[in-house]
Amino acid sequence: MKTEIKLIKNGKRLDGRKNDELRPIKIEAGVLHRAEGSCYLEWGGNKVLAAVYGPREAVPRHTQNPLRAIVNARYNMAAFSVDDRKRPGPDRRSREISKVISEALENIIITEKFPRASIDVSIEILDAEAGTRCAGLTAAAEALVDAGIPLKDIPVACAAGKIEGEIVLDLGKEEDNFGDADLPIAIAPRTGEILLLQMDGHLTQKEFDKALDLAIKGCKTIAELQKKAILEKYQKNMEG
Amino acid sequence: MNKQTREIVIPSQLLGDIKNKKAGHGTFIENGKIYAEILGVLSADSEHINVIPLRGRYDPIQGDFVIGIVIEAMSSSWLVDINAAYPALLHVNEVQWDVEFGETERYLNAGDTIMAKVLQVDSEKKLQITLKDRNLYKVKGGNLISVEPSKVPRIIGKKASMISLIKKYTRSRIFVGQNGRIWIEGEGQDVQKAIEIIELIQKEALSYGLTNKIEDLLKKDSKEVH
Repeated sequence: MKTEIKLIKNGKRLDGRKNDELRPIKIEAGVLHRAEGSCYLEWGGNKVLAAVYGPREAVPRHTQNPLRAIVNARYNMAAFSVDDRKRPGPDRRSREISKVISEALENIIITEKFPRASIDVSIEILDAEAGTRCAGLTAAAEALVDAGIPLKDIPVACAAGKIEGEIVLDLGKEEDNFGDADLPIAIAPRTGEILLLQMDGHLTQKEFDKALDLAIKGCKTIAELQKKAILEKYQKNMEG
Repeated sequence: MNKQTREIVIPSQLLGDIKNKKAGHGTFIENGKIYAEILGVLSADSEHINVIPLRGRYDPIQGDFVIGIVIEAMSSSWLVDINAAYPALLHVNEVQWDVEFGETERYLNAGDTIMAKVLQVDSEKKLQITLKDRNLYKVKGGNLISVEPSKVPRIIGKKASMISLIKKYTRSRIFVGQNGRIWIEGEGQDVQKAIEIIELIQKEALSYGLTNKIEDLLKKDSKEVH
């Protein structure tokens, strides 16, 4: 890959981060009044709003499962979230992301508690700067907790990748565009189970293992932030 | 149990071992350990570990008294929203009127509010409600407010202590549905007062000695009126 930009200078990345450093993350739970649960998340230049509706009876009826709830996550990028205007509406990419996020969430929601119901998760990307599926899933998880939905774990996502031959955590925009590989994963931090794993680009087995370990480490850091954000909101509520 | 604050737990938080305690509401067991499954407040008695939910829908239980809003009148039944995940069915056999087939709209229409009892919850979570019990009827007039369903036990209080306090001092008629809907009827000022008090209880639902605090507050206010 021919690039004009040097992605790593003097051991530091373009935005001055170390190889195993995350972008700054801000999480706020319960920001919307109409939704059962919601979350606003800023992750570097990403701005994400997630809302949870339900559990409610699934419509159309044929989508209902008499034994468990179905999970519908809808990932959507705002027209103004990228440099060139994005054509609104679902496209191939956002449908894929919606599907993988739905499946990741389905694995940790205790769906048996709500037969015939659907749990709808809406993820809106307001501002995008690489790693929106991770940011979206992390926000969706926080919104699920806020909605009071029974969960086996609070999922969390983070990416690792390879730029100029080095394995780094949480790719930024240029790193994503001009890097060699991107590996977004989502885990259930309590058990360490992997809920989502995708890869773009090429990694050797060794590099892959290293990237996976790094991403899991990143996930665990973010999981702490998630827990802190939810506790902060409800402890404040308690004090009135 | 005096001045400590209650502990808030989040899903997947480790609460204990099944060797020591039994897993109660809002928890699940994995590999012999008890974990919280919902966001809530930890409440452990000598036998069980429970998590009282802070958020979420009303989970209907047979025999609960609820306030429902009619969604739709069908030919021999009504669909009623009781703030649960599923709409509830009210069959014509379960009302006190003699309704002819297809004439349901003469008695209850979309938007009407009713006080009802949960008759049945089956394994598929199909809900049925009934109006055939004491003091159940279609609501006319009054005010309807909504609270978190998980706060309802606090609003009612131990042996209805809290709610009878509010009724006594505000001279209002109050019906608290287990689904978090509350109906209040009385003089304008009194209703306002009752709503304020209920909102306060909701806000401070987790503090100890709330009944006494509310009583003091109500007493003080009623003196000011005299």
